[in-house]
Amino acid sequence: MEHAPAAERALETSTGIDNRKLLMWLFLASECLFFGSLIAAYLVYRGDHEVPCRAGDLAACVFPTDRTVNGVEYEGLFDIPFTSVSAFVLLMSSVSMVLSLAAIQRGDQRGFRVWLMTTALLGIVFVGGQAFEFTEFHEKGLSLGTNLFGTTFFVTTGFHGAHVTVGVLILLSLLVMSFRGRLGQAQSLHVELAGLYWHFVDVVFVVIFSLIYLLQP
Amino acid sequence: MAGVRLRGPVYELERRLDSARAVESVIGLGVSLELRDELLRLQLATPNGSVLDADKYNQLFTMHGTTMIFLVVMPLSAAFFNLIVPLQIGARDVAFPRLNAFSYWVFLAGGVFMNVSFFTGGDLLKGELGAPDAGWFGYAPLTLNQFSPGNGINYWALGLLILGVSSMAAGFNFIVTILNMRAPGMTLLRMPLFVWMTLVTSFLIIFAMPIITVALFELLFDRLFNANFFNTAAGGSPLLWQHMFWLFGHPEVYILILPAMGIVSEVLPTFSRKPLFGYPFVVISGIAIAFMSWGVWAHHMLTTGLGTAANSAFAISTMLIAVPTGVKIFNWIGTLWGGSIKLKTPLFFSVGFIAMFVIGGLTGVMHSIAPSDYQQQDTYFVVAHFHQVLFGGALFGLFAGVYYWFPKFTGKMLSEGWGKLHFWLMLIGFNVTFQPMMILGLSGMPRRVSAYPDGLGWDFWNLVATIGAFLIALAILVFIWNVIVSLRRQERAGPDPWDARTLEWSIPSPPPAYDFAEIPRVRARDDFWHRKYVEDEAGRPVPVVAGGAEAADEEEPEEESGHGIHMPSPSYFPIIAALGFPIIAAGLIYDYAFVAVGAAVLMVGVYGWALEPASE
Amino acid sequence: MTLSEIRGKKEPARRAGERPHPGPRLYVTIGVILALGEASEVAMFYAGLPQWPTVAVLVALMVVNFFMVVLWFMHLLFDNRFLSSLFVGGLVLTGALFVVVLATLGAGLF
Repeated sequence: MEHAPAAERALETSTGIDNRKLLMWLFLASECLFFGSLIAAYLVYRGDHEVPCRAGDLAACVFPTDRTVNGVEYEGLFDIPFTSVSAFVLLMSSVSMVLSLAAIQRGDQRGFRVWLMTTALLGIVFVGGQAFEFTEFHEKGLSLGTNLFGTTFFVTTGFHGAHVTVGVLILLSLLVMSFRGRLGQAQSLHVELAGLYWHFVDVVFVVIFSLIYLLQP
Repeated sequence: MAGVRLRGPVYELERRLDSARAVESVIGLGVSLELRDELLRLQLATPNGSVLDADKYNQLFTMHGTTMIFLVVMPLSAAFFNLIVPLQIGARDVAFPRLNAFSYWVFLAGGVFMNVSFFTGGDLLKGELGAPDAGWFGYAPLTLNQFSPGNGINYWALGLLILGVSSMAAGFNFIVTILNMRAPGMTLLRMPLFVWMTLVTSFLIIFAMPIITVALFELLFDRLFNANFFNTAAGGSPLLWQHMFWLFGHPEVYILILPAMGIVSEVLPTFSRKPLFGYPFVVISGIAIAFMSWGVWAHHMLTTGLGTAANSAFAISTMLIAVPTGVKIFNWIGTLWGGSIKLKTPLFFSVGFIAMFVIGGLTGVMHSIAPSDYQQQDTYFVVAHFHQVLFGGALFGLFAGVYYWFPKFTGKMLSEGWGKLHFWLMLIGFNVTFQPMMILGLSGMPRRVSAYPDGLGWDFWNLVATIGAFLIALAILVFIWNVIVSLRRQERAGPDPWDARTLEWSIPSPPPAYDFAEIPRVRARDDFWHRKYVEDEAGRPVPVVAGGAEAADEEEPEEESGHGIHMPSPSYFPIIAALGFPIIAAGLIYDYAFVAVGAAVLMVGVYGWALEPASE
Repeated sequence: MTLSEIRGKKEPARRAGERPHPGPRLYVTIGVILALGEASEVAMFYAGLPQWPTVAVLVALMVVNFFMVVLWFMHLLFDNRFLSSLFVGGLVLTGALFVVVLATLGAGLF
């Protein structure tokens, strides 16, 4: 049974968009509501965070970063330089992702594999960074059940990290397929779809980074 | 392939098989429903009832609501989408056949999982049941461990999460199918109205489900991992749950009603022998209802102290949403008006729908008047309202669809005699059950109570309502009898027993596996009708002279550009993937090792699915 | 024949409704712009300006970053318009709904 190449099949649809591409965009549109709800829950509770931290007693406090209020120093949790690097890593992984797509679309298998591997590695670095960050917070006394901040922070960033992990699995799977010779220029749609997912996950972190890490109550 | 095979191999991607299984599941539920729900009414028939203790009552009424919404109305609607939409747009299948099968198996998994909870409460013989007992709306913090120990709520939340996956998969599938797989010439404004409602409902599903998904995860995190989302001691807010639940919940009720409205919009034109009056307005109203459904959710929270501004805004938006609904009602009446009416069972259920839904909708507007709602909220008036629209509305519409399309998929007509008896018993039974509840509600009987004291003036109408409930049970039995008796008939229905208007009637009954031998070229709305009839000077339909119309019902599959008609190859992976979810869920309740097992099963299913030779 | 079919026939290599694709050089340029954007955000964080200008600038930078990735990396600028309406629809719905929830619950956004 022969199948028409992807481009021709796309033109056969009533809208001209490939079925799977339409599916992925629908999925991403629904994911906006998923992450929107998580972030909204975080923001809803953020206003309640008024108890400042004392050094050594971070379990009860909710100031995310180091603060000096009325001359008194309070210790925070967030390490903005560290998280900035994480955000940068994820951002760059989006660049490498789109470069890998450009490569496979013009038939450059080697370039495709190099950029795809780069993307997966950057993704792994990001997840590793998040995991490290979480353990640091945990050691300082913040866990899921500590207070509202702990709950909303870990669940929101945790779901995001899970999405990135799934993304890394997808990218590695594509890499394996490519090494087995099953992912050529004609199958570039698969890479495009994986890319759409990956960029979306990056963009969610852009929002999380700004709203949760940088914007302070 | 003759008739709907109810016992095919699990790996065949036969769309109708999935629908048949869905209908079977619903019927199975219907039976359990009769037993469970009659018990509820028996308990309330008299004051200080002793049929059920409070604990059992709470479990049964929770499962009643959850089952009727997620395991009856939604799957039945999905079964119709599955059967009808590809035929009405001139397609041979849905866009993603494996995703379709997956959606069915996940539904089954979720339904079984949730009902298993009954058996996990302890000693069954002592009557200890383990089902969730905090209502279908699961308000926090009642649903937290502190107030709901045991696993019932875990089963509820995890079961709903699983069912959500099924609904979303179906939603995605139908949007892509409708947008991408229409026959040549079928523009959006030539699509049958049922297809439009499917499209709109599917968008509601994919946008509303993620919100309840988040809410349920938050609840589970609170229960399983000591999070604080709804923990008031830590500052958590019960209102957060309510907002999130109703942000989902209100679009959800439109998800429940729009498909039935779509069915009615198909049945009325066929049995009036006239096109749907004001088709563009009915389409736009459906879209408007979907848009506006996002702006009314807090009318479920008018008594929670949101403040005057919020209450006013949501009261007004709720009143406004009645407008497009009203437009539809007028258009339906306009369709019947001056038509050549055929008094068949589908028409009876459709007219019943209109009448019942108008009453239900009007009581909804009564709720929207915020000060009035303070009297009605949490009373039986609300119970009467939503049963009016969901039973008198959605269920009547779905029955209309069953009677209408039964001949298409089984090749046999349902008996008109038994059908009309079913209708009248159901209409009378329904009204005898639920109209008294309006009176009960306005005279102050609260809802969600397992018993009520005597001397409050509620005794008589409760007894009447219970009698009505048994009439409903009788009506359902009549329906099941009708199905059995009709399937046994020898006489076969032809392709077009109702002389209808849309494309599904242009192919044999039951349709062959490939649906259309030749993909039709669509020239107009109700294209099939125009192939059969032209209008004379008085505007009356006159049959087209034989040979003037294009061939509409060829039996031989034609060669298309050198390829045969492509049927999806069978696959095991959708069912394997679906199996992963209940295993993960059980693992979260009992032993985390099973989470890993379930995840592995899911991964095997997903990878196998992704890597097997594509069969699009 | 629909507009997309005509467009499709013009250049077989293109899908319906698409414009010429950017190349690797443009992608890298955008990457640099995004990195600079993030650096600006972090700088704003440490600058310690009063709340309102900080919030406004951070949100603006976040939005620009978001849309650059979506429009160019995700190709939305060059693809069928319908996909844009889908995604924007999801976004707008999210934004509108949760602004109302936050307002109603009196939450601390800032």
